Amino acid sequence: MSGTFLGTPAFPDAAREALEDSQLRRNLAHATGTIRTKRAGVVGEVDEWEQLRLAGEAIKNRVLRHLPDYLEQLERSLTAAGATVHWARDATEANAIVVDIARRHATDEVVKVKSMATQEIELNDALEAAGIHAWETDLAELIVQLGDDLPSHILVPAIHRNRAEIREIFLREMGNAGRAAPDDLTDEPRQLAAAARAHLREKFLRAKVAVSGANFAVAETGTLTVVESEGNGRMCLTLPEVLVSVVGIEKVLPTFQDLDVMLQLLPRSSTGERMNPYTSTWTGVTPGDGPQEVHVVLLDNGRTDVLADPTGRQALRCIRCSACLNVCPVYERTGGHAYGSVYPGPIGAILTPQLRGVGSDPQTDSLPYASSLCGACFEVCPVRIDIPEVLVHLRGEVVEAHQEAARLPSVQDMAMKAASWTLSSAGRTGAAEKAAGLGGKLAAKLGRSAPGGRAVLGALPGPASAWSDSRDIPIPAEESFRSWWKRTDGGRSRTEETAGDRSRTDDTAGDRSRTDDTVGDSSRTDDTSGGRDEA
Amino acid sequence: MPRVGLMVTCLNDALFPDTGKAVVTLLRRLGVDVEFPAAQTCCGQPMVNTGYLADAVPLVRNHLEAFDGCDAIIVPSGSCAGSVRHQHGLVAERSGDPGLVRGVENAPPAYELTEYLVDVLGVTDVGAYFPHRVTYHPTCHSLRMLGVGDRPARLLRAVRGLTLLDLPGAAECCGFGGTFAVKNAETSIAMGNDKAHHVRTTGAEVLVAGDNSCLTHIGGLLSRQRSGVRVMHLAEILASTERVVERRDERSADPISIGSATPQNQEAHR
Ligand code: SF4
Repeated sequence: MSGTFLGTPAFPDAAREALEDSQLRRNLAHATGTIRTKRAGVVGEVDEWEQLRLAGEAIKNRVLRHLPDYLEQLERSLTAAGATVHWARDATEANAIVVDIARRHATDEVVKVKSMATQEIELNDALEAAGIHAWETDLAELIVQLGDDLPSHILVPAIHRNRAEIREIFLREMGNAGRAAPDDLTDEPRQLAAAARAHLREKFLRAKVAVSGANFAVAETGTLTVVESEGNGRMCLTLPEVLVSVVGIEKVLPTFQDLDVMLQLLPRSSTGERMNPYTSTWTGVTPGDGPQEVHVVLLDNGRTDVLADPTGRQALRCIRCSACLNVCPVYERTGGHAYGSVYPGPIGAILTPQLRGVGSDPQTDSLPYASSLCGACFEVCPVRIDIPEVLVHLRGEVVEAHQEAARLPSVQDMAMKAASWTLSSAGRTGAAEKAAGLGGKLAAKLGRSAPGGRAVLGALPGPASAWSDSRDIPIPAEESFRSWWKRTDGGRSRTEETAGDRSRTDDTAGDRSRTDDTVGDSSRTDDTSGGRDEA
Repeated sequence: MPRVGLMVTCLNDALFPDTGKAVVTLLRRLGVDVEFPAAQTCCGQPMVNTGYLADAVPLVRNHLEAFDGCDAIIVPSGSCAGSVRHQHGLVAERSGDPGLVRGVENAPPAYELTEYLVDVLGVTDVGAYFPHRVTYHPTCHSLRMLGVGDRPARLLRAVRGLTLLDLPGAAECCGFGGTFAVKNAETSIAMGNDKAHHVRTTGAEVLVAGDNSCLTHIGGLLSRQRSGVRVMHLAEILASTERVVERRDERSADPISIGSATPQNQEAHR
């Protein structure tokens, strides 16, 4: 019933397809642009925003430092409040726990609150396999589910769809899943929302079991929190008899007071609102009010591996606000599906490879490279995750994993080695530049001039085509800066001659040889390695 | 007299020597006798950003040796200054060599050119003259990694004859991103085309930035599109004076010397 990310090609290939979809490009540019502007507005009005971010970072760091303690405290608090706590090492264990609870209540359906953790473990598929329908009740998740589609955004999983497409999906699919959409449905947002409301209402009233995630879980009190905009989550959290919440172990917060910081950071970063319309909190079972059987499944699924990496672990601070997606210039153009994971965009590029482990499949290994390292994500992240730093770190892990696995170095390995060797000595660098300058002199004859007179080359075949298909290439300067400096004594020599006249060059530079000698000292090693051929 | 070392960067050294010459001209005009430690090569950023952190170790070592004894390093590139300031520590840390970690910690401070001009020298009017309409792209690493803020704009506004035009979506990445430009070429070009489009809507003759790497990418697109817009490094504009402009007009047919704005050159040509 739902699609799968399995088999998504590596990012550059998946992105290429997405980039050709003009409708997708328009939908994304419009949606991310709107939400970016909203966020900037409401963040700009908080004077102490930077202090809030620092506080959010500090709270989450404290949690990660003492994770086992806070988790045990959470378990004690939850149990005391009448909830049942389950521990799940991975997706299979977590899914089995939820399926088992649903079966014990002899139901063939559950209603779901929007949740990333259950998407991550593919709970809907596990339930379906056990003959249990999982009904998504978040409007955007409903659109994705009815369209047999995949989520492409953390907050707005159907961000890649516009309202005309949504109308079509509702008309075509709603009837198969329950109450059909009215025949005269238009693509007016009001009408679409009304159709979804009527469709979902009968499910809320009928379902015995609800499944949710949680934005936060307070260790001190055993209080779980769900933050949402539509109120459909509130329906799921209050109407059914049984509530199962699947919660990643990093969602724990030490005290109730910490919600103060988090609930200021999250809505402004996420939907660009000062406060979200619905914030539900519940602490175990309240007799006579709401679900009378409450389960909490604490999910690891790779998180302790992430925690073990000192640089990578900051990804566990993530509160899934999706601000990093909305500002990411790569995400804006490729959309979420290209990342091949329920976690797309910048956070997906650092979290997915860590949860899955690098070095095993090319799709996962392509994710840390799916970024220009522009840093816009770090700038907006409410818990200050230095995403570019983790990306670079993970690129290192990918390279290392491949070098360990392969017996022969790759072309890229050799190119990097060669570049490292050349560029670790001024002598070798100068020699390479002279060769390039000579090549440039020849190439200049084939090229043309860019505005300003710079000689450039146009489209080239072979490996250079990745660059030159759409971009002209500047031709290496005939004389490098280094040679110019030496020849003209850093421009001080009054008898500068044309760049081609090399013999006089070195003479005039003679009185500066003192500097060059000291340079010679540091590059004596270079002489022995035979690379120094300057002068 | 403090010793100030120019870190010209490997890209400028081989491809854009005129940018380096412009920095020398500019700093001498402001009374700074900048040195060029000839042992310098490359900061290692290409290796680091591709994931080859171990291969960057010899380059970090070389950088430390080359600039040993300097009191400050000036870099006409936001991303290379960012690499020295933020990535060298990462490389040293991962190398497991405590000596290298210490070396990086005690290395001379690396200033991006505009930081040095505005913060250390305390000037915004550098005495430049450039009678053209320009727009400025604040490259990601200058803007976000270093936080140079409005320093470049202040410097540009003080240039006589220059009209600075607002670039729409200025803070957005141009899509260069080092190896990203070839590893994810299509996405890179999609980003670059949007940037080039914004540049063209300003009506500027010249796109200026503090990083020739980004300018190679955007300029490569602009030139392929036959847009008629040229790209220039900020240093070359700041180095320009009345006399240099005259000279450029005289020599506009010579592609190699374009932008070489050193008064010394000018003297030599008389
Ligand atoms: S990484 Fe930061 S910005 Fe991105 S979703 Fe997580 S909390 Fe939000």
